[in-house]
Amino acid sequence: MNFDDTPEEAAFRLKARQWLDANALLRSASRGGAADDEASSLAEARAFQAKKAEAGYAAITWPKDLGGMGGTSIQHLIFGQEQSRYRVSSNFFSVGLGMCIPTVMKFGSDAHRERYVRPALSGQEIWCQLFSEPAGGSDVAAARTLAVRQGDGWVVNGQKIWTSGAHYSDFGILLARTDVAAPKHKGLTMFIVDMRSPGVEIRPIRQMTGGSDFNEVFFSDVRIPEADRLGQPGEGWKVALTTLMHERLSVGGTFGGFLGWRDLLNAARENTIAGRPAAEDGRIRERIADSWVVETGKRLLGYRAQTALSRGQTPGPEQSILKLLTTAKPQENAYVVLDLLGEGGAVRQGELGSTWRKIEHSWSFGAALRIAGGTDEILRNIIAERVLGLPQDIRLDKDAPFNSLTN
Amino acid sequence: MLTDVCPLSEARSALDGEQPYSRAAWLGLAELGFQGVTIPEAYGGLGLGELELCVAAEEIGRALAPVPSLSSVYICAEAIRLLGSEDQKRRWLPGLANGSVIGTWAAAERTGEVLPGAIATSFADGAVFGEKAPVLDGLAADVCVVLAKGAGGASDLAICDLTGPGVRRERVDSIDPSRPLARVEFDGADAERLGVAGEGWSAYESLLNRAAVLLSFEQVGAAERALWMARDYALQRHAFGRPIGANQAIKHKLANMFVKNELARVHAYYGAWALSTGSAELPLAAAGARVAAIEASSFSAQENLQTHGGIGFTWECDCQLFYRRARLLATVVGGNQVWKDQLVSALEQNNEQGRA
Repeated sequence: MNFDDTPEEAAFRLKARQWLDANALLRSASRGGAADDEASSLAEARAFQAKKAEAGYAAITWPKDLGGMGGTSIQHLIFGQEQSRYRVSSNFFSVGLGMCIPTVMKFGSDAHRERYVRPALSGQEIWCQLFSEPAGGSDVAAARTLAVRQGDGWVVNGQKIWTSGAHYSDFGILLARTDVAAPKHKGLTMFIVDMRSPGVEIRPIRQMTGGSDFNEVFFSDVRIPEADRLGQPGEGWKVALTTLMHERLSVGGTFGGFLGWRDLLNAARENTIAGRPAAEDGRIRERIADSWVVETGKRLLGYRAQTALSRGQTPGPEQSILKLLTTAKPQENAYVVLDLLGEGGAVRQGELGSTWRKIEHSWSFGAALRIAGGTDEILRNIIAERVLGLPQDIRLDKDAPFNSLTN
Repeated sequence: MLTDVCPLSEARSALDGEQPYSRAAWLGLAELGFQGVTIPEAYGGLGLGELELCVAAEEIGRALAPVPSLSSVYICAEAIRLLGSEDQKRRWLPGLANGSVIGTWAAAERTGEVLPGAIATSFADGAVFGEKAPVLDGLAADVCVVLAKGAGGASDLAICDLTGPGVRRERVDSIDPSRPLARVEFDGADAERLGVAGEGWSAYESLLNRAAVLLSFEQVGAAERALWMARDYALQRHAFGRPIGANQAIKHKLANMFVKNELARVHAYYGAWALSTGSAELPLAAAGARVAAIEASSFSAQENLQTHGGIGFTWECDCQLFYRRARLLATVVGGNQVWKDQLVSALEQNNEQGRA
């Protein structure tokens, strides 16, 4: 593992920092938060994304003829590290640029690439991913949404769920079943769908937190032209795997704002246990140490991946580990801090003010973190089966025709 | 009774702020005499023991009944029954026993644990001054047992009529809105001392020991319900061609929940024995019951949600009712760390006295 930039990397880092200084505000220097309501933060994010696209930073690793910089993965990583210090948001575009557009680039036609890549890059058009269904969360290949060929196109009926950003998206990539007589993985096809097509209905999901980050998307006789099929009929699963691989590369770094070791330490300094300073309590010190080990370990894993990339190698199983490490602590740390607050830990906000946001986020959204983007259980299976080579579970549903399955 | 009168929709409607507590469940419980189980017949109660109260507490927990059982029955009424003068008992117990009067207690004043030396609220010459928060059921309650600094500087307990002058109350947001909290300001409110002057702190500790045992039964009831909710979902939900419960990741999770729940259950029983026999082991048994119950109910609520996956995180799903209640009950009457300390202190003390 090498912690230092090579001279070329250092030069790129400096250039990126100069560009960011000229086009964004440092988190530490800007007062208050970014815009609070979604419409204005979306407008802010779009303006910044357009500048990034113009300078080539929106897609560092993509070829120049598609609007990218033609740079390396390591440069992409370096820019991400630098950008994280500024008060800007790329979240609106992460699904599109991180998952959907790479899929379109790999499986789409020249016409698709011509039509969709640049507007997505500049933030003009936003994409969402329509894979999960009520009956298939972890088991994505069990999708039931049906696309039936009609004339020179397809007619879609069904329901998707957990779609981030569907309500502000222009397009989506849609996994639908086109052959019910084929085994589940073989009867799927991928489509590009215009989210403003007649028959598309988007309903926000109210979360336990009270907020709504996800949507349900209903399709009633939605027409998709043949030209917007992505990949061959029946090859939808192969296409989806490409998207999911990209998802795994981006998940882990996407979520933030949770309680870390520093928050534990601060809470320990301000509170007592049985009348003694909590910061001197062995149990609390152990929690702080555990939390630091995980957080720092995540950063070190990032460096390891970075080193591999800069040598032109493919990173190892870091990405599957990263998500598990990301989800491991928030909920646990929230319990510790809430306990330190005594009976006051039952009060929302109150005298805690804005500190509370982070505590509640860890307590409440920390629970969702263990589910979204691959549950803890699924990720452990992936590590056990794909990294350690342990046998897969016996899969009774794999080869049977989809329409013969009862559940 | 609770299965009929108090489905989970009662907790949900309290969560949505439609009612501060479930009137239906509270009245139903009153018909059974729940609020007066341990109160002598002379004051309108049933005159039974704490064991009967434990049985009821478990069912309240299982129903996630949003009722002021802890504040009114386990703490306020017990305090007056055990420490009150004849006049005080006659004034308050009949109403508390039939549920027409709701009581609570007020100890915490700020974030952080409640410590005897740090109480700012004062009680002297029949008047209370100070601010208490959070007070569980502080808006619904009529009467309150207040932990205050007495005339000599030592702690006193005082009974205060919350409906009288000099009391200002406002709602503060609760992590479990189905069990609402309040900030209560006392500005010279009329109050009477409860129990012996200057012995408020030890009386308060002993009340908490008793309440911790009763509360642990509520937590065990809720934990068991959460486990069976997860188990039913694991049978019903299919992925990869079979129920998700066929996966060892889920089986082991549910088995772990069961182990923690049963451990909590036997500790609750041990606590109930110590409570009902007036045993000197109560501080140890209560701490054991509290610690095991917090672990069981937190884990069951958390892993029930995890077993449900994304749907468990939605507002409509009942998982959040268990998740919120488990957190609230882990916090009121003091949290995990404090009780573990008490547990070890009790062990050390027993050790010195040559008992095992």
